[in-house]
Amino acid sequence: MAESHDIAVHAEHDHKPHGWRRWVFATNHKDIGTMYLIAAGTMFLIGGLAAMAIRAQLFKSGMKLFDPAMFNSLTTMHGLIMIFGAIMPSWVGLANWMIPMQIGAPDMALPRLNNLSFWILPFAFTLMIASFFVPGGAVAGGWTMYPPLMQQFGDSFPMLIFAIHLMGISSILGAINIVVTIMNLRAPGMSLLRMPLFVWTWLITAYLLIAVMPVLAGAVTMQLTDHFFGTSFFNAAGGGDPVLFLHVFWFFGHPEVYILILPAFGVISEIIPTFSRKPLFGYEAMVYATASIAFLSFIVWGHHMFTVGMPVAAQMFFMLSTMLIAVPTGVKVFNWTATMWRGSLSFEPPMLFAIAFLFLFSIGGFSGLMLALVPSDYQYHGTYFVVAHFHYVLVPGAVFAIFGAVYYWLPKWCGRMYDMRLAKWHFWLSVIFVNVLFFPQHFLGLAGMPRRIPDYAPQFTDWNMVSSIGGFIFGASQVLFPYIVWKCVRSGKPVEANSPWDGAHGLEWELPSPAPYHSWTTPPSAAVLAHGAEH
Amino acid sequence: MKRARLGKLLGTLALALAGGALPAWGKSGWDELNMPRGVTNVSTRIYALHMMAFWVCVGIAAVVFGVMIWSLVFHRKSRGAVPDISLTHSTKVEIVWTIVPVLILVSMAIPAARLLVRINNNTDSQLSIRVTGFQWGWRYQYVGSNVSVISKLSESSTDASMMHSGISPTSVPHYLLSVDHPIVVPVGEKIRLLITSIDVIHSWWVPDLGVKRDAIPGFINQASFTIAPDKTGTYRGQCTELCGRGHAYMPIVVHAVSPAAFQAWLKQQSALDKEAAAGAPATAVTRS
Ligand code: HEM
Ligand SMILES: [Cu+2]
Ligand SMILES: [Cu+2]
Repeated sequence: MAESHDIAVHAEHDHKPHGWRRWVFATNHKDIGTMYLIAAGTMFLIGGLAAMAIRAQLFKSGMKLFDPAMFNSLTTMHGLIMIFGAIMPSWVGLANWMIPMQIGAPDMALPRLNNLSFWILPFAFTLMIASFFVPGGAVAGGWTMYPPLMQQFGDSFPMLIFAIHLMGISSILGAINIVVTIMNLRAPGMSLLRMPLFVWTWLITAYLLIAVMPVLAGAVTMQLTDHFFGTSFFNAAGGGDPVLFLHVFWFFGHPEVYILILPAFGVISEIIPTFSRKPLFGYEAMVYATASIAFLSFIVWGHHMFTVGMPVAAQMFFMLSTMLIAVPTGVKVFNWTATMWRGSLSFEPPMLFAIAFLFLFSIGGFSGLMLALVPSDYQYHGTYFVVAHFHYVLVPGAVFAIFGAVYYWLPKWCGRMYDMRLAKWHFWLSVIFVNVLFFPQHFLGLAGMPRRIPDYAPQFTDWNMVSSIGGFIFGASQVLFPYIVWKCVRSGKPVEANSPWDGAHGLEWELPSPAPYHSWTTPPSAAVLAHGAEH
Repeated sequence: MKRARLGKLLGTLALALAGGALPAWGKSGWDELNMPRGVTNVSTRIYALHMMAFWVCVGIAAVVFGVMIWSLVFHRKSRGAVPDISLTHSTKVEIVWTIVPVLILVSMAIPAARLLVRINNNTDSQLSIRVTGFQWGWRYQYVGSNVSVISKLSESSTDASMMHSGISPTSVPHYLLSVDHPIVVPVGEKIRLLITSIDVIHSWWVPDLGVKRDAIPGFINQASFTIAPDKTGTYRGQCTELCGRGHAYMPIVVHAVSPAAFQAWLKQQSALDKEAAAGAPATAVTRS
């Protein structure tokens, strides 16, 4: 493969700044991607520690490790850190690494903007975490920040809002960069309907981000002016409406949950064909399903508010639109299943995580469907059943997809192979204990345990103990992941071939390993493109 | 096979956990698995809807997971499976797996919609109670009488919940689920709740009644329930909307009694309240 060879030679001429300048002034998509992933990993660790504290407090009835106010701060910050600090930046980091390589571009279209959107984040995260240490402690109103409760917190309240503003700006800039890159820097011949699904799902996610992050920013800013400048947007005593906030928040919030999961759909659509040694079943259907999920995600927000007292017609509408989302979601799951059907499957770590995703994300989808039925939701809402639902879609859903993505592409990034045996340990510990952790929460919710409580009646102790033990082991197992990655980067066995996976297709695998600093300095030729997109 | 190994591991783990938590056995915490059927027509119908949705999901899961597991077992490379790379799409199956889910969803939506309309019919009630959430407790006013009840976490639970109480929650009757002044309602009558809040959002939930409605400042939400005539008893619930540090500590306790007993209670309560109002205005203010 002559082209690849040329690139390999070229790679040796990479000029990159050395020392701290390389990172602070970074404009290279790989460096920025790496920084995103490290930042996200750090936040995952902090959010995870908060989760361990929560599970310790909930180990049994009458446990008193934390004051209830502190406990509420922990759950609030856990949610915010995981969503805005861990999962979203992970996806942006992966987008940075992979999109230029997958579409045949040298880098992202707007490298300086890229630098800015990353470097906003450490400030935002610092502000958010520092709010733990101001008088009154961190905000404790839940990640949903409903007023008037939200108005009762001290200095941490404006700090959190500014942190959200910053994270929002960062996300919007990152999303603009991704859209511009995908629209303008595709290699000749890479038409939209030849793009890999990770690129497709990210394109759609980027539009979702641009559409809803300003909505969130607006909603929290209105809370800010209510608090400091005497407005009454959400203050009933001043003629305002607390429910308005819920509507605006969930108009952001439901698309947001798809921002967290659509890139995961993309990753799974890359991994399953590779290890099934078969092209993705129903490529176009996958693209259209993603687009229709994104569209529907704008008209289902009311399903988070069935108990606030909306008119029956509105509840009916939100029930039906929510149930409709299950159709394209089902199409995706069926397509993945059909991709494995009559394939030639092997079970390397990325595939293991993808398979776990298939099963466990589906369980989250089933509970979602149950939650969509309004009368049932009257019983489920605000309980551990909901906690189980969204953790099934977010942990073995989004987080497992992130693990799968890193195990899939890491050999390409650093030209070395990780320790497969350890990675399989990481997988088995994760997949077993994520279920021990979250499955019993369905029972707890159904039996009547509300969410966001620091203490509960004794009859809930048994399943909470199971859940906490699952949580501690799941949490501890995650330490393997940074170790595996670190060990791979330092001393993994070099990968000679362009691709360590015999079933892999796509432009990223046409580049030498490790991938050159500037991905495709010359656009891939038609022959390379054809080879990359083979089948 | 990996799945079998996984099952075994889970089984062993469950056993180990059960062993570790043995004293808890018999307290029946382990069989707290499902939604209660409850004591109202609505709650039983919600339970039926919930179970129907559950079994539909189990059915779909059996088929979809079955196909996945079949592939995982029989289409593996180590068994010499050769990929069928021509299998990239099929309009026929794609139409089928779009239409069939739609039909399943419609069949679930119809009973759900019917029940939804039924639940939100709050007309023709025989008794109205104004429910006001506050940080942290509930105030109940019986419309058409002067009776008003302020209901807060019971003293024994409050003491036990304190930071260094040293009191075991199992030694407290209904820890965190008991109040000082429960409300009393008649069975067999349709009772309408008018729910609001004076500070932040709360949510009034009693699973056995099948009622959960948010208490929102500036709004009055309605909900109603009719307890089956033979279901006198005590029903417990909790606030289900995060409302600050006391959120876990504002339970709801409903005593359902016969209509005659209810009338007697109301009369007695009303006399008590009048007495209190005459004798000690200061306490009357805090009580009502
Ligand atoms: C079949 C698809 C899905 C359906 C039908 C569905 C339905 C629902 C419903 C009805 C609720 C509200 C429950 C309540 O509070 O009473 C809910 C909550 C939630 N869902 Fe989903 N969902 C689906 C997929 C997802 C996905 C893919 C994600 C994220 C990756 C997600 C994340 C969440 C979160 C975070 C919440 C809770 C928000 C909160 O109250 O803090 N869901 N879902
Ligand atoms: Cu939603
Ligand atoms: Cu509450």
